[in-house]
Amino acid sequence: MTELHHQTLAELAAGLKARRFSSVELTRHFLSRIERFNPELNALVTITGEQALAAAAKADQQLAAGAGGPLTGLPIAHKDIFCTDGVLTTCGSKMLSNFVAPYDATIVEKLSQAGVISLGKANMDEFAMGSSNETSFFGPVKNPWDLKKVPGGSSGGSAAVVAARMAPASTGTDTGGSIRQPAALTSLTGIKPTYGRVSRYGMIAFASSLDQAGTLTQSAEDAALLLGAMAGFDPRDSTSVDTPVPDYTATLDQPLAGLKIGLLKEFFEKGLDEANGKLVRDALKVYEAMGAKLVEVSLPNLPLSVPTYYVVAPAECSSNLSRFDGVRFGYRCEKPVDLLDLYKRSRGEGFGAEVKRRIMTGTYVLSAGYYDAYYLKAQKIRRLIANDFERAFGEVDVLIGPTSPTPAFDIGAKVDDPITMYLNDIYTIGANLAGLPAMSIPCGFLGGLPVGLQIIGPHFGEAKLLNVAHRYQRETQWHREIPQAYR
Amino acid sequence: MSSFETVIGLEIHAQLATKTKIFSSASTAFGAAPNSQANLVDLGYPGVLPVLNLEAVRMATKFGLAIGATVSQRSVFARKNYFYPDLPKGYQISQYEKPIVEKGRMDILLEDGSVKTVGITRAHLEEDAGKSLHEDFQGFSGIDLNRAGTPLLEIVSEPDMRSAKEAIAYLKKIHTLVRYLEICDGNMQEGSFRCDANVSVRPVGQEKFGTRCEIKNLNSFRFIEKAINYEVARQIDIIEGGGTIRQETRLYDPDRGETRALRSKEEANDYRYFPDPDLLPVAIDTAFIDAVRRTLPELPDEKAARYIEKFSLSAYDAGVLTASREMADYYEAVLAALGAGQEKLAANWVMGELSGALNKDGIEVTASRVDAGRLAGLLKRIVDETISGKIAKEVFESMWAEDKDADAIIESKGLKQITDTGAIEKVIDEIMAANPKQLADYRSGKDKLFGFFVGQVMKVTGGKANPAQVNDLLKRKLAG
Amino acid sequence: MSLTRKDVENIAHLARLAITDAEMPEYVDRLSKILNLVEQLDAADTASVEPMAHPLKDQVQRMRVDEVVDSDRHEKYQRNAAKVEAGLYLVPKVIE
Repeated sequence: MTELHHQTLAELAAGLKARRFSSVELTRHFLSRIERFNPELNALVTITGEQALAAAAKADQQLAAGAGGPLTGLPIAHKDIFCTDGVLTTCGSKMLSNFVAPYDATIVEKLSQAGVISLGKANMDEFAMGSSNETSFFGPVKNPWDLKKVPGGSSGGSAAVVAARMAPASTGTDTGGSIRQPAALTSLTGIKPTYGRVSRYGMIAFASSLDQAGTLTQSAEDAALLLGAMAGFDPRDSTSVDTPVPDYTATLDQPLAGLKIGLLKEFFEKGLDEANGKLVRDALKVYEAMGAKLVEVSLPNLPLSVPTYYVVAPAECSSNLSRFDGVRFGYRCEKPVDLLDLYKRSRGEGFGAEVKRRIMTGTYVLSAGYYDAYYLKAQKIRRLIANDFERAFGEVDVLIGPTSPTPAFDIGAKVDDPITMYLNDIYTIGANLAGLPAMSIPCGFLGGLPVGLQIIGPHFGEAKLLNVAHRYQRETQWHREIPQAYR
Repeated sequence: MSSFETVIGLEIHAQLATKTKIFSSASTAFGAAPNSQANLVDLGYPGVLPVLNLEAVRMATKFGLAIGATVSQRSVFARKNYFYPDLPKGYQISQYEKPIVEKGRMDILLEDGSVKTVGITRAHLEEDAGKSLHEDFQGFSGIDLNRAGTPLLEIVSEPDMRSAKEAIAYLKKIHTLVRYLEICDGNMQEGSFRCDANVSVRPVGQEKFGTRCEIKNLNSFRFIEKAINYEVARQIDIIEGGGTIRQETRLYDPDRGETRALRSKEEANDYRYFPDPDLLPVAIDTAFIDAVRRTLPELPDEKAARYIEKFSLSAYDAGVLTASREMADYYEAVLAALGAGQEKLAANWVMGELSGALNKDGIEVTASRVDAGRLAGLLKRIVDETISGKIAKEVFESMWAEDKDADAIIESKGLKQITDTGAIEKVIDEIMAANPKQLADYRSGKDKLFGFFVGQVMKVTGGKANPAQVNDLLKRKLAG
Repeated sequence: MSLTRKDVENIAHLARLAITDAEMPEYVDRLSKILNLVEQLDAADTASVEPMAHPLKDQVQRMRVDEVVDSDRHEKYQRNAAKVEAGLYLVPKVIE
């Protein structure tokens, strides 16, 4: 039998159904890998072994009775941004290092109802603010492909845990690329769905109009399975959209002949590593071979997406993070002398430097005298960018380009320069600003480090994205690569 | 003093009478144990999200229609950012640039009998804050977030009022209206209806407004009037003393009867309003607005106009009777049972005996010991001359005390009016016989003695003789 | 654009963040850099462009029926609070 950790979710699900192994065995297998590898990778902040095994035993009963759904008994890891009832939920921050959520996030609840088992909570950039997982209060996560390198961020723990096969899949969130960029840097399939497709209830907010939950998996097929169980309307989230969730697995194999692929002129122009760009072009040849047509499209306002994002996201975060005041939950400073001191020190000591920078940036761009010049201006440019995408999707079915300008970089290489760090997200931010679904899939290696291919679709085009990704994965084997040390 | 003109604008916060909070499904009931009605959304827990209460939108729409305002088909919730312990999220969700109600008006009756229109700039939906309890917990304040998230309608007037009396007249009209509309219970003690006043003064004839101060914590009509008058005098004093007014927020201290600057609000606020990304634009269509319009009751001003026109009541009486929907309902129930033509009689009784008794017992008309049907029953006995108005007051007192209807009391106490001519004539004859001197004096021209004879008849009959008949018969008999 | 130390102190105060003297120069420097990045926005012509607050078009606020569904769970919710007494959250004395 193939090693359990070499199997995709879909393969493991088939194995469980055929009773080739039990959910308890499967869960034990991954827990033992976590025990072995997590200390060096720092991918999980909290490991919920006991609860996982109890849930696995329950899943086995269901499976034995012929009950349960397609995901029953499969273990995964949740990004520690999702509230989990009775379990520590830290959001990678000292502020919440003692926070036990009193409720489950909608996606946690939905997956648990679908029989999915949570192995633990994945490390992340503090409050999801970062592109390297170096801003976590719990220390950086290492990239399983090279322990000196970052795994990307903010869902760096979610990426590392799957890349090292300590879990077959994980959940993540993506505000400016936080699923896609780590997926690219660790050779995984990451999908950020359309804004409103997955409920944000119980997902600790960074930037409410950009945040969206998704998955990090070994394949597009796994993404289809897992996303199908997470997606859907939630009356507790006013921005959740009430449209039916299609069976994403049903359309995975549709042929791509005649597919119109848009190549974003702006993506290939500058900032893209030469060798990286070649891998993307190679991938496009695979699509051409399948009958897809390549069309160059231009999104003239796209180059402004980084500055736009760094106004909108901090503005929203500055307000979203005001609730952390040391009163009802979270870190509270020692012996506050008065109310102001309680606020300033609890927040000053509880938040890390990057979070404080973003809160201050956001406070500044919203403040009297600067609102129009920064915030309102950014919102207008956001509309221009969204309009650019809309025009493009009038001509093409999907847009394809790089996910990240470079493969994984060294831990510590960019921490002192926020601007260089921010430019990591140059290709991913646009989809967040426009609320579009987007994926990253593995498309090769550069010097032993994975490179990702980004596919962006129109609103609610997840099924098409997954289909486009899956067909590529039928033609290539990049997504089956596992780092040497974790095979 | 007379060389200054006062300018007042009011911001009224009316708690909407919904069952649940504006953005959460926790109860809004008053008086629960601390924090027992603050759910995860009200507490601003990480990850939770607001969902708008339809009823709050409906109530705001109702108010907008009642003040002849524009009800916006698209309004937007924004975040007002500031740190305060009773504000769990560090921002208040409120409507800023696009409120649900704009440009309304309210007519008020001035003391000289003239009518003045006060402009209402806007009314917007927002969430209430919690409460800080200042009793000492070893140097700490306690925070109760039960009230956090209760829906508020903030009703902002134009600076159209020129005296504390006008401000009170406007405030009372709004108070009456929100209760008519059943969108707010109007309870000022519990804080369901609160008011901040923006007060400034300017030399008479000057067009530019003076610097204003905002007075907070005004929770009774009496305090509001006192606070405004105090503030006006304070500002005039400063100006006349050569000083300038500083724009600030001031708190009214009812114990000292004065206003003082609020320490916590001293620093210039920068609320950093921006559209709340967790909430989408509120869209309401004309069908919704029309449906709400159909639920509007007859409004107080319409009702008063009808009373004046159809019932020939004075503007004052019509105003008193329509000051609360319950009172007007009571009055109209009396009329319905009594039949047409007795509107003035009914009005006098409702405003007189009934209101007096209610006030004495400190109860609302809805809890009246004499219901409208019974009061009508009593008035019928006046109309059909079974009893006199004077006896009726006696009967009313017994009805109030004994929980019986008028006829039962008239019967058991034998208060039925004597209308039998023969019986009254017999009494008159006896009195004339017993008072020969007075009779002689009367007949010699002392007309004033007529009253003496009336008094004697009433005394003998225990007030039950029909006064009109007594008059007629006496006149005839005394004339000889 | 360059922020002054005073600017950053004001922002930190508005945001209720204690920043130590030692940390201050770094914040001044990095926040200035971020604002420089953001200033690229000035170049775009946005006359007559409607600001975009939400990523999805034509979505409007859904409304909830007015029904109480919550019960009292304050003891559970207050387990995360640092200082609670008699069901109340405690903060240093509030002075109005």
